[in-house]
Amino acid sequence: MTHGFRTAYAIARKDLRTELRTKESLNAAASFAVVILVLFSFAFPLERDEFYAISGGLLWLVYSFAGALIVNRGFARELPNDCLDVLIASRAPGWAIFLGKAVAAFLLLLIVEFICLPVFGLFYNIRWTDSFGSLVLVIVLATWGITVVGTAFSAVTVNVRVRELMLPVLLYPMIIPLLIGAMEATTVLLSGEAMAGDNLYSLQLLVVFDVIYTALALYLIDYVLVV
Amino acid sequence: MLAVAAERVWKYFGDYPALRGANLEVEAGSCMALLGRNGAGKTTLLRIFAGLSNPTKGEVRIAGTVGYLGHGIGVYDDLSAFENLTLFGQLQGVADPAKAADEALERVGLTRVKDGMAREFSRGMRQRLAVARAFLHLPDILLLDEPFTSLDDKAIAVLQSLLEAALAGGSTIIMSTHQIREAMELATHVAMLERGLVVHTGPQNPEMLADPAWLYRTYGEKQ
Amino acid sequence: MREKATYLLGALGALVMISNLHTIFVGLPDDALQGMIFRIIFIHVPADLVADLFFTIALVTSVLFLARKNFIYDSITVACIEVATMLILVNLVTGSIWGRNQWGVWWTWDLRLTTQLMKFVLYMSYLVVRPAIAEPTQKATMSAIIAIFAYADVPLVWMAIRLPNVRTNHPSPVLGNGKMAAVYNAPFGMGMLALLLIGSALVLLRLHQETSQREIDSLRRELHAA
Repeated sequence: MTHGFRTAYAIARKDLRTELRTKESLNAAASFAVVILVLFSFAFPLERDEFYAISGGLLWLVYSFAGALIVNRGFARELPNDCLDVLIASRAPGWAIFLGKAVAAFLLLLIVEFICLPVFGLFYNIRWTDSFGSLVLVIVLATWGITVVGTAFSAVTVNVRVRELMLPVLLYPMIIPLLIGAMEATTVLLSGEAMAGDNLYSLQLLVVFDVIYTALALYLIDYVLVV
Repeated sequence: MLAVAAERVWKYFGDYPALRGANLEVEAGSCMALLGRNGAGKTTLLRIFAGLSNPTKGEVRIAGTVGYLGHGIGVYDDLSAFENLTLFGQLQGVADPAKAADEALERVGLTRVKDGMAREFSRGMRQRLAVARAFLHLPDILLLDEPFTSLDDKAIAVLQSLLEAALAGGSTIIMSTHQIREAMELATHVAMLERGLVVHTGPQNPEMLADPAWLYRTYGEKQ
Repeated sequence: MREKATYLLGALGALVMISNLHTIFVGLPDDALQGMIFRIIFIHVPADLVADLFFTIALVTSVLFLARKNFIYDSITVACIEVATMLILVNLVTGSIWGRNQWGVWWTWDLRLTTQLMKFVLYMSYLVVRPAIAEPTQKATMSAIIAIFAYADVPLVWMAIRLPNVRTNHPSPVLGNGKMAAVYNAPFGMGMLALLLIGSALVLLRLHQETSQREIDSLRRELHAA
């Protein structure tokens, strides 16, 4: 168990280090996200106050696009030089390999999201600082959901010929309930409502989603990695 | 004592059996060369020993830690040589990964460029780094898939000296190969695979060294 | 022999379906509130229930494949998911027609329709990704994982569209709380039976095709290897 967590940490650190050196997916995801943010202002020519009603939806569409780009690299990063074979043949347990890569993708996506958040606030005149604490909680919960499902599917599709096409095909339908919950919670928060009463259901949904898919992924990953 | 044993191992890809009940026993401290044509099942068997693939049927027993060198070099281009090796040391649970990495770099003669990115290395240096990686944790059992095929002269020399040292230190080596001459300098035993079965195992003998085709003629499929 | 049994099953299903259609259109009076259109319920709801049954079988066989690596489970999974996805499409189309008649629109983000649409999209991704995986063992393993992930998503979708601010129409449930008149029980049961028989026949047919396909593939590999 300790060895597992240690290897997960080592793999997460390796992924973050190589990504921060090359910035391949970070640059792509961040610039893509900003372009989408700009496009939305033309897609929805609304008054300032009306934007609050769709703010959560806008933000999470952007985040999920960025997320797909980030998790796409996940296990694909191990393909050159057959590094995945080395990881699996090493003493690192499968769940630790998965956990390390999911945590790295999670942190990378968080970086992109927190770059986009002020840009979003600026473009659409949305105050996001008032309920920052709760907003961070929603972002953390939903981002973990996206990356845990995304990283699992990046392992599933790693040997597929057209994996860049297949990963989004799998990812988006699966995270629909997560995105619905995140959109709702974010809209509630940005509109200045309190995260209390009925509004808490969306948070519960995020937690349930995270727990179910984290458990499923950690349990099933060995079947995916060693066929 | 047996280091590696395969008992009636089957491996199906779909309905196609790549291994059809292969039996193989490798004594600890010996060097086994796996011979056979392409598609005979050598790589499949090695991947099962390395834990990269599950046998469909049958049993595999491995006694000891494993080092694996496959077709790819298994190092990250965007990490330095030293970072690559310390990462691998951490994965293997080596007590002092940094020290193990330094020693491994010393063994393959890459100490001078330890902080250089693997991406910037020449082909031969990358291969030596791969060899350093496979030997880093001084494994009991070394699994090498066509180790000499893509290596340059210097890397072959490094690998052969490391393998000799490992054998002298009591390690077990299993390698698949087409280069019978290179393999025979080290091999103590040979196993012939054919269509997913081990058709012959035995100690190396002088005929094999003198005439590489002898083995295929004697135990191989009738043409 | 097995093929004959399959066709017999299908023919039996078709017979039940035809006789049930006769009952529905000739034997039953129009509904007091909805008139003629309510009859669609005898196809619409059974299609979903039978689909859910097949999805559940696919979940079980996916787990069994991972546990036992027997390819028959993979074949059952893909056969069930294909037929069930088609039945969900039947359910969506009939629901849409019903909605046009009753609510005046072809589509509305009503709770049930939305859930059905999500199921359709989820399992479509299974059917799209599966053929892209070449190696048979990988194909079967990854398919099983996707099928398990997809099944786990359905209750979450169910939860998500019930969130307070998500915009949906709420039709009050009809089944299971005694609101459906007793006279409808027989045609409803027959509708279930018909789709169950036809669905099973289609699953068996696909199963047969899958098995033959795998045999052909392995013979081809054998030939290449020789």
